[in-house]
Amino acid sequence: MHGAISVRGVSKTYSEGMSKVTALNGVDIDVERGEVVLLMGPSGSGKTTLLSIMGCILRASSGSVQVAGIDVTRLSERELPGIRLRHIGFVFQGFNLFPTLSAGENVELALDLKGLGGSKVKQEARRLLDQVGLAHKYDTFPSDLSGGQKQRVAVARALAGSPDIILADEPTAALDSHTGHSVMQTMHDLAHKHGRAVVVVTHDSRVLEFGNRIVRIEDGRIAPATGLEIPKIPAELIAGSEGNVYGTPLGY
Amino acid sequence: MPPLARRNLFHDKIRLGVTLTGIVFSVVLIVVELGLFVGFTVTTSSIIDKSNVDLWVVSKHTPYIEQGSPFSERKLYQVLATPGVASAEKYIVRFAQWKAPDGAEESVQVVGFNPYTRVGGPWNVVAGNVEDLKTPDAVMLDELYKKKLGVTRIGEVFEINGRRARVVGFTHGIRAFTTTPYVFTSFKNAQDYTRLNADQTYFVLVRAVPGTNWKALARDLENRVHDVDVLSTSQFSNMTRVYWMFTTGAGIAVLIAALLGLVVGVVVVAQTIYATTMDHMREFGTLKAMGAANRYIYRVIITQAGISAVVGYAAAMVISLFIVRASQNGGAAILLPWQMAVGIFFLALLMCVSAAVVSINKVTHLDPAMVFKG
Repeated sequence: MHGAISVRGVSKTYSEGMSKVTALNGVDIDVERGEVVLLMGPSGSGKTTLLSIMGCILRASSGSVQVAGIDVTRLSERELPGIRLRHIGFVFQGFNLFPTLSAGENVELALDLKGLGGSKVKQEARRLLDQVGLAHKYDTFPSDLSGGQKQRVAVARALAGSPDIILADEPTAALDSHTGHSVMQTMHDLAHKHGRAVVVVTHDSRVLEFGNRIVRIEDGRIAPATGLEIPKIPAELIAGSEGNVYGTPLGY
Repeated sequence: MPPLARRNLFHDKIRLGVTLTGIVFSVVLIVVELGLFVGFTVTTSSIIDKSNVDLWVVSKHTPYIEQGSPFSERKLYQVLATPGVASAEKYIVRFAQWKAPDGAEESVQVVGFNPYTRVGGPWNVVAGNVEDLKTPDAVMLDELYKKKLGVTRIGEVFEINGRRARVVGFTHGIRAFTTTPYVFTSFKNAQDYTRLNADQTYFVLVRAVPGTNWKALARDLENRVHDVDVLSTSQFSNMTRVYWMFTTGAGIAVLIAALLGLVVGVVVVAQTIYATTMDHMREFGTLKAMGAANRYIYRVIITQAGISAVVGYAAAMVISLFIVRASQNGGAAILLPWQMAVGIFFLALLMCVSAAVVSINKVTHLDPAMVFKG
């Protein structure tokens, strides 16, 4: 059985005028179903670049990336959107909801992209919103939702079509601590109750308790573990979790 | 599919207003210019098209109806003696000078026909009767030109080339492209008005025996009757139309104006659809990141363009119909046949979709990684 994501020796180099900038340098990482991996590190360390490569949005300059067992580095540019569509759900820092569509329609759009048509779309969209506790906001437009509600709609949208992998970029950055906590609880549940692989890029130390693993990235490389970032685990908050570890997850 | 295109389009009502104004302006301009072109085209050859005959015998190398040259009446008898000819009538279309009692003069085109058979005679008679044209000095003209010719009612007397002309009736909507009004009268009167010799005619209008191959009949007539061209009604009509619309450049000017309308429409719509696309670029980036193929996003943009085209076209047609109706009482008719209305709909659609191409090009090169940039 293959892992959800397997990154091996991945480097990413950008051209910046005449010079070249290395954003990632020989990164190895595996993400399994049922775990929440937190990617942390200072700004410009390469964590968003890594998330983009895992999400088949960026191509690695070298190395290999497997998503749901498929070596995506061998796929053409035209084939990558199909991988994203079938296997990956995205949650963005700025929510990226479509402001002219209601919460329900935002989820419907994602279902439509995934090829679900007909009368089942509304039913499924309602079910997904219900999963994040917002079924009653189906007809509400994003401008009338709070930040936390928007992010939960974004999570519901990411869940459309039951992807194996959820990639989230700073999902709590624009939220207060209570709302951020609620969103991360949802992420946690997705991994632990629904068996999704969840990767979260974050600067937010308040969310550490929700990660099974914390991977620090510095200067484009995976930093060695220091043990200083192991969070205290309020176990009662994390239903179904066996605890958090740094580097190596518990129970593996 | 959720109504993303429609919602994006109607979300910014000011921009939508600008887009629709551009489309309406463009479509109305195209309708007016093409309608004028069709109106002019129909007008240039209306006398020929309404003649209800199969063939026109004209002097050799006559380029269009106003340029006919007289020929001997004997050719009429040669025509009548040709097998396959059911009837043949002498016919005159010739410029002359109209003079009102107050001395005001205007150019007119005298149309002389046989009022007994009515071949080549007036149509849409709204006052008087074609029968009345059998009487000496009787003329009939279109009510559009009453003011121009100083006519107020039936029975008034004028002069054509110094000869008496009494108005016995009016037609409706028989325009002349040259703005020189047609004055219908009997062939005999027309001979006098145009000072044509008694044994001459300008044209011979031929009706073929039903079932006759008129092309073969035309060849026969050209072999039997010398120094004439024998043209089908549609041939002569086309020659006249081509002369006035293209040789004189009048039609080209109108078509260029229509093309200008199209260009203005494309530019305005392209600009506004591009601005709308730029406003929603982050959303398109999100769609791409989610795995949407480019064609899915193209569909959103093209749907926006299509909705704009349909709404803009509908509004433009309402305005156009008022203009078309208003033009019916003017000297230049704007015609809007249904085929043209349908054609302009597809033109509006094409205009809006081609205007969306710039936006599509922008989206094609959109980097989905933009969604991670703050």
